[in-house]
Amino acid sequence: MLGYLVHRVLIMVPTLIAISIVIFTIIHLPPGDYFTTYIAELQSQGERANLAKIAFLKAQYGFDLPLWEQYLYWVFGLLRGDMGYSFLYDMPVNRVVGDRLLLTFIVSFTTIIFTYVVAFPIGVYSATHQYSIADYGLTFVGFLGLATPSFLLALVLVYLAHVYFGISVGGLMDPEYVDRPWTWGKAASVLAHIWIPVMVIGTAGTASMIRRLRANLLDELQKQYVVTARAKGLHPMKVLFKYPLRMALNPFVSDIGSLLPHVISGAAIVSVVMALPTTGPMLLEALRSQDMFLAGSFLMFMAFLTVIGVFLSDLALAALDPRIRLQAGR
Amino acid sequence: MTDIDFSAAAPAHAEPRVKSPHYISPAPFDPYSVDAMTPAQERFYQASQWRLMWWRLRRHRLAVISGALLLALYVMTVFCEFLAPYGLDSRNTDFIYAPPQVMHVVHDGRLTAPFVYGYDYKLDMDHLRRVYTPNPGKVQPIRFFCRGDSYHWWGLVPGNLHLMCPAEGGQLFLLGTDRLGRDMLSRIVYGARISLTIGLIGVSVSFTLGIVIGGIAGYYGGWIDILIQRGIEVIQSFPHLPLWMALSAVLPVTWSPLLVYFGITIILGMIEWTHLARAVRSKLLALREEDFCTAAVLMGATPARVIGRHLLPSFMSHLIASATLVIPGMILGETALSFLGLGLRPPITSWGVLLNQAQNISVVALYPWLMLPVVPVILTVLAFNFFGDGLRDAADPYH
Repeated sequence: MLGYLVHRVLIMVPTLIAISIVIFTIIHLPPGDYFTTYIAELQSQGERANLAKIAFLKAQYGFDLPLWEQYLYWVFGLLRGDMGYSFLYDMPVNRVVGDRLLLTFIVSFTTIIFTYVVAFPIGVYSATHQYSIADYGLTFVGFLGLATPSFLLALVLVYLAHVYFGISVGGLMDPEYVDRPWTWGKAASVLAHIWIPVMVIGTAGTASMIRRLRANLLDELQKQYVVTARAKGLHPMKVLFKYPLRMALNPFVSDIGSLLPHVISGAAIVSVVMALPTTGPMLLEALRSQDMFLAGSFLMFMAFLTVIGVFLSDLALAALDPRIRLQAGR
Repeated sequence: MTDIDFSAAAPAHAEPRVKSPHYISPAPFDPYSVDAMTPAQERFYQASQWRLMWWRLRRHRLAVISGALLLALYVMTVFCEFLAPYGLDSRNTDFIYAPPQVMHVVHDGRLTAPFVYGYDYKLDMDHLRRVYTPNPGKVQPIRFFCRGDSYHWWGLVPGNLHLMCPAEGGQLFLLGTDRLGRDMLSRIVYGARISLTIGLIGVSVSFTLGIVIGGIAGYYGGWIDILIQRGIEVIQSFPHLPLWMALSAVLPVTWSPLLVYFGITIILGMIEWTHLARAVRSKLLALREEDFCTAAVLMGATPARVIGRHLLPSFMSHLIASATLVIPGMILGETALSFLGLGLRPPITSWGVLLNQAQNISVVALYPWLMLPVVPVILTVLAFNFFGDGLRDAADPYH
């Protein structure tokens, strides 16, 4: 197990480095940097830019250095927890971000829990009751969930929640808790609001997970050891839970690798529609105004969340399946 | 084969022991009779791979229906000028945010040609909204194959023939109008042209990338393979949408809408190729070891011939099936990007651009018909999913 752990960590490092290079390239793709556009804009309005401050910031964040040195500055800044400077807000990214990273994490994590909790019983039911009316119905709903653009679903749900439950439109908490320190009341308010985004973001992932669990379990249920177990008179429930389900669970855990990018993507757009205080809306704003440090930090954070999630799911898979441990140990 | 009459060769004289009579059929013996096939069997066993796939696909009812729907949608994109009752940008300033009109066929208890009731317009000063009420006195029969708004078919051929138009001096808003009084139905029909082609162009970009990169990885193997595999993993561990957002934000603002359109398709294609490349690679690795491949090499075929003549056709069907399953993701991606305002921009009309109007709660509450472009999006995505599933099942007809 230890060998496997070391192996996985060693793989993760080059992946993260490659991701950071890609993001850095994207940050620097637009022609010029923020300052050239900023100064030009001020001059066109007949104002004078605070050149001393700009020169200081340029030196601080190494804008005059060659690109590879800038990259190193950025990466080592990230490692120290300094995410750069947001020119849009005129303060360090760390201070702009505030609670947002935490809330993004909470929303993503809750969504994955939701996905598992919903997909698991439905997938098992669909597989054990193949071609029943409920199976067809659930499959159809699942496909619909896959095909509906999440942002529209979010709009409709927010509207319905407002009309029928009186929940305030948008946001992740009641307005009076915004910018307040965390209290029990704030946490409760977040809980009352979080279910809509979680449902919306989770729909597509849940649908695909149900389909995969159903397919895996169906494959497993047709194997001969299941027939033997049934023939020997074992209780159907016991037959189901003892082996086939455990076998079908394997991809369920490893799927988190494909689920996480989906969840984080979905969270990005749904939070824009619902004005959630997560990274999504701020990323959009940063991209629109080409405040690339801010955008780059958010992209890096999202990719980091994904890579860590995949890492954890691989560890869980290894704990679950001795074959994987053996393979990697060799 | 000669016939030998054994009974004639039997000894004529009587024997003490009586042999049991040994029956032999007088019919001529054909040793290949077992192997001969009925015409139906022959048709089945000698059918080409593509024919087998077609038979298999035909059995998948849902896939056939979806395929037909997709075909109809793509035919629609060719003739959208003719099918839409209004032009893309025809404004009806007297009918802003008009709700959908209902098509009737029964008037005064009698069956008549399809018609709509004209709207009476009133400004509700209490709620500050426009109120449109259908007036049963204003019967406006819909005209078919009629002359209406003039257009240039694909920007080239001038014309003004429409499938259906409003009555003279009347209106026909079967799906309502938007904030400039433009007919939603016409705009949805026109939007199909962009939304549906973006998936096709995007998928051809990723198809090319996938075949080339996956082919290199699978054919050469070794460290090139490892490098490409790791690169694919890096791209796949990115959340797609934020990456798309970042890349499309990078597109210069000065580009013309058409250039932006191609830019977006290439961005969509550049990220989705990884699945195809993986499929190509794993298939290549498996097929490389097959006997027919070894035989071709032993007979002196060049690598190019082995790949082009023997390997590619063997997994082309799989590739097409996987490509079909990539398209819906691209259509949804374009919709999301345009909805956020990072994708296509207004002179170009796609379903995502149309949905951009439905960005806030007031639309859901007051003008829900502005969300209608989502219906063709859902239908298309579902159809591509079912059709791709059917193709994937059919792709391996020998299985």
